[in-house]
Amino acid sequence: MGPISSLPGFPAWLDLLFAFVIGTGFGFALEQAGFSSCRKLTGMFYGYDTTVIKVFFTAAIVALVGSQFLAYFGLLDLSLVFVNEYYINAALIGGVIMGAGFILGGYCPGTGLSALSIGKIDALFYALGGLTGAFLFAETYPAIVGIANAASRGPVRINEILGLSPGVFTFLLIGAAVCMFWIAEIAERKFARPEITREL
Amino acid sequence: MKRNYMNPYVAGVMLGLVLLLAMYLSGRGLAASGGIKYCVVSLVGNLSEKHASQSVYYSKYFEDGQKPLKNWLPIEMFGILAGGFISGAVSGRLKFRIEKSPKISSTRRLVLAFLGGICFVYGAQLARGCTSGAALSGMAVLSLGGFVTMAAIFGSAYLFAFIFKRNWI
Repeated sequence: MGPISSLPGFPAWLDLLFAFVIGTGFGFALEQAGFSSCRKLTGMFYGYDTTVIKVFFTAAIVALVGSQFLAYFGLLDLSLVFVNEYYINAALIGGVIMGAGFILGGYCPGTGLSALSIGKIDALFYALGGLTGAFLFAETYPAIVGIANAASRGPVRINEILGLSPGVFTFLLIGAAVCMFWIAEIAERKFARPEITREL
Repeated sequence: MKRNYMNPYVAGVMLGLVLLLAMYLSGRGLAASGGIKYCVVSLVGNLSEKHASQSVYYSKYFEDGQKPLKNWLPIEMFGILAGGFISGAVSGRLKFRIEKSPKISSTRRLVLAFLGGICFVYGAQLARGCTSGAALSGMAVLSLGGFVTMAAIFGSAYLFAFIFKRNWI
């Protein structure tokens, strides 16, 4: 029963091998989706290319539905799968800083690495900026640790807050995603920029 | 020959299956900024052992003689580079170039890319994850924090996109 790495006596080196294989699949999928192109990514915010929302929500739903089926058939213990903790202030402030970084740089960290791997020079500068950002965080950590740890809610799940079962919430999320995909397809026609999309 | 990108919904299914595999094999989600952090921790440890051991932030990564790069997150990050390279190779997209709007100079693009990298990874350290680790992987395990981080990133990005429109279109 999964997660495999939680099985008794599981060797640590094999989990690191899993890490490399998973990373390789991740990088491959990002690049195939076109996430190695900053102008394709930023198209999401100007409407001419909405690949981001389509890939992002499709992926989240596949993993969400897949993991619940695995759990249902007794193949995966979801209580052993990491659930991100919710720190209200850190999530909001950090999220806004990330939003600014997205528009300034044109990538998020994963897509920046994907772009770097195929030779984008701008992604190299983005990655160097990323290393600098992590360094600045480490050096300013004593000053910012208060904000980072404030208003902690623990690993709370969204369906619990709403009083719904995971299955019902998943159905609602799929419905919301279908509506967003429909709007995204309309937006791509309305805000079309053929002179940009032709080059991508 | 350069090939077109994959259909976004098909690529989304592929990405979702990789995320599901990460949950099944390692009980984790996908991540990117975490690996960048470990690279910095390792670099600082090599450059100044004294600084690393005295800092509350760095010292925890070197306890019991641990090697920061011998962790799940940095190794997964090196995998991202390998996977992206393989994809670029099979689809004929390996090429050194600067991608930017024709309306801005290359220097401007590179400076903004550097600043963007600083902001994104700084924010990701604060929020304990980026678009991959917090937003995507968080949503897949129904984490409330994941949904809030996703909304904060994309919501504010629309505002910044309006302000910085000239850099992109």
